[in-house]
Amino acid sequence: MSVEKLSISKAINASLRTALETDPKVLIMGEDVGKLGGVFRVTDGLQKDFGEDRVIDTPLAESGIVGTAIGLALRGYRPVVEIQFDGFVFPAYDQIVTQLAKMHARALGKIKLPVVIRIPYGGAIGAVEHHSESPEALFAHVAGLKVVSPSNSSDAYWMLQQAIQSDDPVIYFEPKRRYHDRSEVDTEAIPGPLHTARTVRPGTDLTLAAYGPMVKTCLEAASAAAEEGRSLEVLDLRSMSPIDFDSIQASVERTRRLVVVHEAPVFLGTGAEIAARITERCFYHLEAPVLRVGGYHAPYPPSRLEDEYLPGLDRVLDAVDRALAY
Amino acid sequence: MTVDSTAARKPRRGSSKRAGAKGGAARAGEPELVQLLTPEGERVEHPDYSIDLTPEELRGLYRDMVLTRRFDAEATTLQRQGELGLWASLLGQEAAQIGSGRATRPDDYVFPTYREHGVAWCRGVDPTNLLGMFRGVNHGGWDPNENNFHLYTIVIGSQALHATGYAMGVAKDGADSAVIAYFGDGASSQGDVAEAFTFSAVYNAPVVFFCQNNQWAISEPTEKQTRVPLYQRAQGYGFPGVRVDGNDVLAVLAVTKAALERARTGQGPTLVEAFTYRMGAHTTSDDPTKYRRDEERELWEAKDPILRVRTYLERGGLADEAFFTALETESDALAKRVRDVVRTMPDPDNMAIFEHIYADGHALVDEERAQFAAYQASFAEESH
Repeated sequence: MSVEKLSISKAINASLRTALETDPKVLIMGEDVGKLGGVFRVTDGLQKDFGEDRVIDTPLAESGIVGTAIGLALRGYRPVVEIQFDGFVFPAYDQIVTQLAKMHARALGKIKLPVVIRIPYGGAIGAVEHHSESPEALFAHVAGLKVVSPSNSSDAYWMLQQAIQSDDPVIYFEPKRRYHDRSEVDTEAIPGPLHTARTVRPGTDLTLAAYGPMVKTCLEAASAAAEEGRSLEVLDLRSMSPIDFDSIQASVERTRRLVVVHEAPVFLGTGAEIAARITERCFYHLEAPVLRVGGYHAPYPPSRLEDEYLPGLDRVLDAVDRALAY
Repeated sequence: MTVDSTAARKPRRGSSKRAGAKGGAARAGEPELVQLLTPEGERVEHPDYSIDLTPEELRGLYRDMVLTRRFDAEATTLQRQGELGLWASLLGQEAAQIGSGRATRPDDYVFPTYREHGVAWCRGVDPTNLLGMFRGVNHGGWDPNENNFHLYTIVIGSQALHATGYAMGVAKDGADSAVIAYFGDGASSQGDVAEAFTFSAVYNAPVVFFCQNNQWAISEPTEKQTRVPLYQRAQGYGFPGVRVDGNDVLAVLAVTKAALERARTGQGPTLVEAFTYRMGAHTTSDDPTKYRRDEERELWEAKDPILRVRTYLERGGLADEAFFTALETESDALAKRVRDVVRTMPDPDNMAIFEHIYADGHALVDEERAQFAAYQASFAEESH
C-alpha cells in the first residue's frame, strides 16, 4: 500500500504524473502549465520531467487550446487541458459544446474524444472578477460531456485517473479554495466507479447533497447540527453529469428531507434538477420540499461581498431548519 | 504526376514575392494570382510553380470535376424534389476542390467544411455518404479514419483548430504526413481560424490552410470580411500565403502540392487562398438575387473551371470524342445511383436518438432511453 497525506493540488499533480508515466499518449496543455507549473502550481515539475512535447505551454487562446486538443485526440492522443480559471472557459465554450461534446455522436461512434478539461472553480479566494465562478451546470446541460468534481485528495487523484482513462470528454472541476486541504491518498487502491455519489457522513434526519468545495461546508454544518441533536447525512455527489440519482433517492427515502448545496447560482442549477427528479422519485417519502442553497441570480460579487454571496455554514443550517420545520 | 515544388523550399522571405506579382493572370483591376491554365484554355508558365501531367492525368482531373458537378447538380435536384432537406452546392468551385484534393496523399488528413464534395470525391468517400446529413438521417456518420476525411463541420471555422491539433499530433509522431484544413472567406473572420494560424505557426505544425474565397459568405461580399487580400493575412502570423486561381485546377494542384510538401518537410503551415466563385446559392435555402447582380455571375461563367480544361484537352488532342461520350454516360450513371440511393435511404430507427452519445455510457441516457422505449411501446399495446 502506498498511502500518503497530500493536498488536493498535490494529489492532482501526482495523478497527472502517473498518467504521463503510464500512457505515452497523455499530454498536458494549457497556459503557463510548463515552467511555472500553472498559476496554482498544479502542474509543478511536470514539464521538467516529461518535456515540452508532453507538457505544453500554449498560446493564450482558450478556444485554440480546446480545438487543438480535439485534433490531437483525433490523432490518438489523450490531452488533459487546463483552463486557468472558471471564468476563462467561455472562449472555449463553442468548441466544447458544438464540437467536443457532439463529435462522437456525429460520427455514429466511429471516433472517440478522450479529452479532459481541468477547470479550477469556485470562490472564497478574494479574487478579481471572472476568477470565482461555478459554471458546472452550463456543461452538465450538454449531452456528450461528463462533469465531475472531487472534494478531497483521494478523489482528486483517482477521479482524474478515471477521467483520463475515459473515452468520453470529461470536464473536471477543481475546488480551488480547497487546493491546500490535505487528506490521505492511497495510490494503489481500487477506486469505485467515477460517477457515483458517496455518503461521507451518515445521518437520519435530513440529507445534505453537495460536491466539490461545498462538501466540507456541509460536513461542518452536520457537525454543528449534531450538537443540537440533529442527525444530518452528507452525500458527496462527485459527479454532476451523470448525477447518481439512485444514491440520492436511497438516502432521501430514509431521511425524507433533502437540501442541495452548491456555490453556483440556484436558478436552473444542478440543485434545481436534483429537486425536480428527487421530487418525482420520492414524492411519497418527502416530508418537506427539496430546498436549495447556493449563489444568487447576480454576477459573482466583488470579493468583499463574496462571504455573503456564497453558501456558508449558517445559510446551510438555515435551510436545514426550514426543511425540518415542515 | 510530377509537380515542381522547388518553390516550397525557398526561404520564407521569398514567399511574399511568390504570392504576389508574377502570376500570369494579373490584369488591371483583378487580383494577382498563380495561374497555369487561363480561362481560355491556354497553358501558361509561372516562375515559382510548374506542373507536368500526362494526358491521362489531365483527363483524370477533368473527369473528377465533371462527375463532381454532376453529383452536385443531382443533389440540388433531389433537394428541389423534397428528397433532401438542404443542399450546399459547390458549383463553380470544382477546380479548387479537385486540384487540392488530388494534391493530398492517402496518409494526409483532410478537415472539410460542409461544401467539400469534390474533396470528398478525391478522398474516396462514396458521394452518397455525404447526403445523409442533408436528408436528415444522420449528422455525417461516415468513418473519418477510413479515408482520412473528417466529418463535415457546420460551425464556421471550428475545423481549422482540429486540423492544427491533428497536425501537431502528426509532428509528435514524427510522421511525414500533412494536414489540410478547408474553410472560406467568411470563416477567415472567425477567431478559431485566427487561433489556428497562431497555434500552427507557434508549433510549426504540418498543416495547409486552404481558403476557398468564393467571394460570398451567404449575402456578404469579401469586403465585409477583410480590408486586405486574404492570403496576406499569413504574413502577420509568420508563414507564407499564396493566392491561386481557384478555377484553374492545374495551378491549384501545383500550389497545394507545394504547400503540402512544405508541411511534410518540417517547414510549417501555408495559407492558400483559392480565388474562385460560388456560382450558385449559398444553399438551397438562399436567394442570391437579393444581394448580387447577374452580371457578376456572367463574368465568372467565362472563367469556368471545367470548360477551360475541356478546351485545353480538345485543342491539344489530349482527349477524343469517345472519352467525352463515355464520361457523359458515367455521369448519368452516377446521378442515377445517387438518386436511387437517396430515395431508398431509410429513416433511422427512433432509438437512434440515444445512440453514440457517450463512448462509455451515461446513466441519464440509459434512463431516458428506457422511458422513451416504454412510451413508444405504449402505443403498440393500445393498438391491440
